[in-house]
Amino acid sequence: MFKKILTLSLLVIMVAAVCLSMVSCNKTEDEFKLGVILLHDEASTYDLNFIEAVERAAEQLGLSESQVIMKKNIPESNDCYEAAADLVDEGCDIIFADSFGHETYMIKAAKEFTDVQFCHATGTMAHTEGLANFHNAFASIYEGRFLAGVAAGLKLNEMIASGKITAEQAKIGYVGAFTYAEVISGYTSFYLGAKYICPSVTMDVQFTGSWYDENEEKNAAIALMNNGCVLISQHADSMGAPTACEERSVPNVSYNGSTVASCPNTFIVSSKIDWTPYFVYICNSYMNGEEIAVDWTGTISTGSVALAEVNTQAAAEGTQAKIDEIKAKLVDGSLKVFDTSTFTVTVVTEGENTKNVNAKVDANGNLTSYMADVDTDAAYTADTEVIKDGYFHESEFRSAPCFDIQIDGITLLNAKF
Amino acid sequence: MKKPNNTSLHEPAFHIVKRDTIPLGKAMLIRVAAVAAALLLCSVLSVLLINANPFEFIETLIDGAVGSARRLWKLAKDSAVLLCISLAVTPAFRMRFWNIGAEGQTLIGALAAVAVAFYLGGSLPNTVLLVLMLLAAVLAGAVWGCIPAIFKALWKTNETLFTLMMNYVATGLVSFFLVIWTPSGSSVLGALSVGHLPIVFHEYFLLIAITLILTFVVHIYLSRTKQGYEISVVGESENTARYIGIGVGKVIIRTMIVSGAICGLAGFLIVGALDHSITTTTVGGLGFTAIMASWLAKFNPIVMIGSSAFITFLDQGSAQISTNFNIDSSFPDMVVGIVLFFIIGCEFFISYRLKFRDSDQNAKKGGAGK
Repeated sequence: MFKKILTLSLLVIMVAAVCLSMVSCNKTEDEFKLGVILLHDEASTYDLNFIEAVERAAEQLGLSESQVIMKKNIPESNDCYEAAADLVDEGCDIIFADSFGHETYMIKAAKEFTDVQFCHATGTMAHTEGLANFHNAFASIYEGRFLAGVAAGLKLNEMIASGKITAEQAKIGYVGAFTYAEVISGYTSFYLGAKYICPSVTMDVQFTGSWYDENEEKNAAIALMNNGCVLISQHADSMGAPTACEERSVPNVSYNGSTVASCPNTFIVSSKIDWTPYFVYICNSYMNGEEIAVDWTGTISTGSVALAEVNTQAAAEGTQAKIDEIKAKLVDGSLKVFDTSTFTVTVVTEGENTKNVNAKVDANGNLTSYMADVDTDAAYTADTEVIKDGYFHESEFRSAPCFDIQIDGITLLNAKF
Repeated sequence: MKKPNNTSLHEPAFHIVKRDTIPLGKAMLIRVAAVAAALLLCSVLSVLLINANPFEFIETLIDGAVGSARRLWKLAKDSAVLLCISLAVTPAFRMRFWNIGAEGQTLIGALAAVAVAFYLGGSLPNTVLLVLMLLAAVLAGAVWGCIPAIFKALWKTNETLFTLMMNYVATGLVSFFLVIWTPSGSSVLGALSVGHLPIVFHEYFLLIAITLILTFVVHIYLSRTKQGYEISVVGESENTARYIGIGVGKVIIRTMIVSGAICGLAGFLIVGALDHSITTTTVGGLGFTAIMASWLAKFNPIVMIGSSAFITFLDQGSAQISTNFNIDSSFPDMVVGIVLFFIIGCEFFISYRLKFRDSDQNAKKGGAGK
């Protein structure tokens, strides 16, 4: 027994010695390197979107294969810190992580490796953390959602005009992941886009409580259809909802890339964040010795918000032209997605089911004030006034969405998640 | 000499015969040969499937696992976590109680530790907080392990299905609490700033040291104590156990409490030393990998140090292959699968040998001559 232990420990020491000697001669030459930490791999549409963006950015910047290191399937745990530290050892100058839950572990790495830049997508803590080398980024995806909503509105109008449904039956079903600002901002802007075109539209939202659960998402879509929804959209990462729509020939507006290949008869359009401009931006900033923005918001003008090609098979006639027209208005600022005159809000401050307690409305129900939780703190304090000049300033005080108001016309079927 | 003319009879090409014993050296040689053969096959596949040079492939595997001091520490740390959970499942397995609920028992332990840190953190000194976290985690793990054991002992329910179902319940509870703990709705708790285990010598040292001490404790418990003996007897034959006066039900419940408690400890270590947080994937399948580590070590805690380190080595090395060759994780997963398949396969050749037809007939003839 003692012999066994001795042999084992000797073995470990020997291996350690060999490895340490390998490390010392493993230092690479001084060329720029980008490290990317991904929650899953290509099998997830969410991560695939990042992988493709990294590859496009590398091509635009002329980075060689050895200058980009991707670590896939890194969970939202200390593993993220370990992956980041390993990438530092590999000589990376910028390290990027793609998932919300990576944030606290990226901050841990940023504090330790102060000469490396850490960039994190969808996070909220950079502007309060005060670290010179930790940065957040997001995109004003609500603009893309609004345009996708326009396509949905046109489809509903077509269905009303053809007598398939009445104006009152124009109800959209939405499959959401969590009752979280990113999702709420997403479905609300989508709804407002549809409402802009089809004023009688209403919407039901069903949450799954998971970012990726194919069965749950499919079941939620079917439940919504059974509940009278004539068009479905979703904010979750699997093919659950789109395939349910294709099976039942119900039109679908997708997210994170086109699903036209599997759903040729029902896919209308999809919006997504294109991260390429951000990757190009951070790499260029680093190479030119410029500071990376603490909190960067990509917009439809920077090309960070993109719409897939409209599927004419399923979309209403003239959809592309209408999208282009409204996109131009969003770009020049003459149209605001969260224009407070376009929707009403009910405030319930008493009783069991309080709603929108941080909002103030006028006699017509239009928002006049809203305190949003912009600065992350343990108590989730609402700290910033976001209603100014007649619209909700989404993604302006920080890149990650903070619109979490429940507006009239949208019914949450299960708000528990 | 004329062969007996019985070729018309169907005779299998070979028989499988149980070996009596095999010298340790020879057994080890067979295992090394199996790993070598597996890696050879993987290298061939790497040429065919991902167009990689086989030497580069092996080099990447080794580099990924032990290529830097940091990776070596990570290897040791990940092995220790796997070892801890493997130790947990071992007492139950020696009793032939097929506990596949280590995943849930560890997760519920982690949840309990996080809950204590979440609610009491800040209002208690760190040491007191850590002790409470540890107690809560061990208790939660023990309860989670104990429930299926009670049902098995009293009503003969199937422990495999029961422990598996308890995993889903644990995952569900984690989702549930994450919703409560994150009013913003993100369900991401993030690392808590309280309840961190102190750093001794190195960030991972304490975790590794605790696990190694535990290894010897479990080894002694199983091989040198009355309770350990009772476990073995129940595992060999429940009737024998009953005959010599061992309360089988009591042993089952007690052993599962031990198993669950060690899982709870593993959950505490993951929370206190590493993540300081919880997600539904905090244990990440280690509860199932631990079954493999325990089996490979033939339920011997000391050998388990090696088997957990080996499995972790493969995992970590193959992840590097995914990174360096920029491929998805399916190929590395395949590599791990192939190597483990060869090892399990070679265990067969250590316990049995093949007798081919010719030698078989010689043996028969020899037997007739006696």
